[in-house]
Amino acid sequence: MTGSVDRQIAVTGMGATTPLGGDVKTTWEAALAGSSGARALEAAWLERYPTLPVEFACRLAQPVTEKLTLQEIKRLDPSGQYALISAREAWADAGAPEVEPERLAVCMASGIGGLYTTLQAYDTLNEKGARRVLPLTVPMLMPNGPAAAIGLELGARAGVHTPVSACASGAEAIAQGADLIRRGLADVVVAGGTEGCIHPVTIAAFGAMQALSKRNDDITRASRPYDVDRNGFVMGEGSGTVVLESMAHAKARGATIHGILAGVGVTSDGYHISAPEPEGKGAARAIRAALADGDLAPSDVQHLNAHATSTPVGDVAEAKAIRLALGDATDGVAISATKSMTGHLLGAAGALEAIFTLLAVRDGIAPPTTNLDNQDPNITLDVVTREPRKLPSGDRVAVNNAFGFGGHNVALAFRSAS
Amino acid sequence: MAHTQDEILAGLAELVAEETGIPAGDVQLEKSFTDDLDIDSLSMMTIVVNAQDKFDVEIPDEAVGGLKTVKDAVDYISNAESAKA
Repeated sequence: MTGSVDRQIAVTGMGATTPLGGDVKTTWEAALAGSSGARALEAAWLERYPTLPVEFACRLAQPVTEKLTLQEIKRLDPSGQYALISAREAWADAGAPEVEPERLAVCMASGIGGLYTTLQAYDTLNEKGARRVLPLTVPMLMPNGPAAAIGLELGARAGVHTPVSACASGAEAIAQGADLIRRGLADVVVAGGTEGCIHPVTIAAFGAMQALSKRNDDITRASRPYDVDRNGFVMGEGSGTVVLESMAHAKARGATIHGILAGVGVTSDGYHISAPEPEGKGAARAIRAALADGDLAPSDVQHLNAHATSTPVGDVAEAKAIRLALGDATDGVAISATKSMTGHLLGAAGALEAIFTLLAVRDGIAPPTTNLDNQDPNITLDVVTREPRKLPSGDRVAVNNAFGFGGHNVALAFRSAS
Repeated sequence: MAHTQDEILAGLAELVAEETGIPAGDVQLEKSFTDDLDIDSLSMMTIVVNAQDKFDVEIPDEAVGGLKTVKDAVDYISNAESAKA
C-alpha cells in the first residue's frame, strides 16, 4: 500500500441533504444512531391512487424551504434544489477554495432527472394548454440542470458534467471528477449526485418491476438489506456532494483533508437491462479496478459500504462480487448497508454513500446495518449490525460500491488522510 | 370581472416578486422591466405566462416585445380584459 501521491485526490468538502438530516453532520449522527428516514407518502396521493403498491418512502428530513429562497425553489426542479443545498454545504465545508474559474469543474449526476417538472408541465399542458407551460420547463427538467445551477453559482469554467448511470450515477460523478483532476483538466471539482423523483409514477413503475418493499405496515423496517425477509428497496431522495481537489492544490492552500480518494473502478456487466450479473463478475472487476487504481491490496480494506438495496437478487450478487474481488480478505472487512436507514437515493445513493465511506475512514467507525434480524445464509459477509463498529486505527482503507440499472458498476476506494 | 389598474399592478408586482425576488413595492408603473428591474427574457416570459393565468387573458408572443414598462403590461392586461367583457 504505497500509492503514488500524484494520483491521489484530496476530499476537502462534504455536503448532503438526506432523509436522515439536512446536512452531513446530522445525517451521519442519525446513521450512527441507526435511525430510519422512512415516512408515509402524502395523504392526497394515497387517496387519489388507492392501488399504489407502496405507501411510504424515505423523504427529506429538512424541507427545502429552510435552505433556499422562494425564487430558487421556483426555478429549480427538486433534483436541482437538493443538489444546490448539498453543493453549497460542501463548498463552504471546503473553505470556499480560491481557484481559477478555468480550473474549477462540476460533475453532478442524476439517475432520473427532472421528473416533477416534466410531469407538472404535462399536467399544465393538458389542463390549461400550451401557452401556460412555463419557459423554464426545459432548463428545469434537463438532467444537467442541477450541475448547471451549481456551475453557474460557483462560476465553474473547466466543464460542467452530468454522468447518468441510474443508481451508480452519484459514484460515477465522483469517479469522473477524479479523472478530470488526474488528466490535469481541473484543480478542484464539485462532484456528487442528486435525486428528487418520489412520485406516484415512480412508485408505480418501480413497483411494477417488483423492486420495492411493500411492507406498508412497518415502514421503518422495510429496508432490510441482507435479511432473509428483505423484499425490495425503499425509495429515497436527496443529494450528496464532495469537493475533490488535487493533492497539490489542497496542500498549497492548507485545506483540511477529510480523506483521500485513492482509486476508482468503473465497469459494465453487458448482461441485462436491470438484473445484476448473478455471480457479481462485473461488480467484482469494478472493486478490483478501484483497488488497483489506488495501488491497494484486498488486505488493505477494513470497511466497505455496500450498494445493498434490500432486493432479494441484488444483495446476493453483490455479496458474491465482494468475495470474488477481495477473496480471503473479505472476512476482515466490516460491511455496512446504510440504505437500511436512508432508503435508496437512486442517482444520489453513490454520492451519499461515498460520504459515509469517507466519514468511516476519517472517524474510524462503520455505521450499522439496521433491520438485519436474520442474515441470509447465502450472504457470507461480516455485516455491521445494530451498533456502529470501531475500525482499526492507523491508515484506513474503505470501498464504496454503487450499481445501476443498465449494468453499471462503480467502486470508489477511499483512504484516511495521513 | 375586470380588475382595476391598481389591482392589476398589485397582481403583476406579486408575480414579479415571486419570480425574481424584487420587492413588490419596487414594481412601479414607470419602471422598465429590463433597464430598471433587470429582468431577463426567460423571467419575463415566465411572468407573462403566469400573468395570463392570473388574469385569464392571452398575451401573444408578438405582444411581449412591446411590454417595455410595467405600465405597458398593466395597460395590455386591462385592455385585454375589457375586450373580453
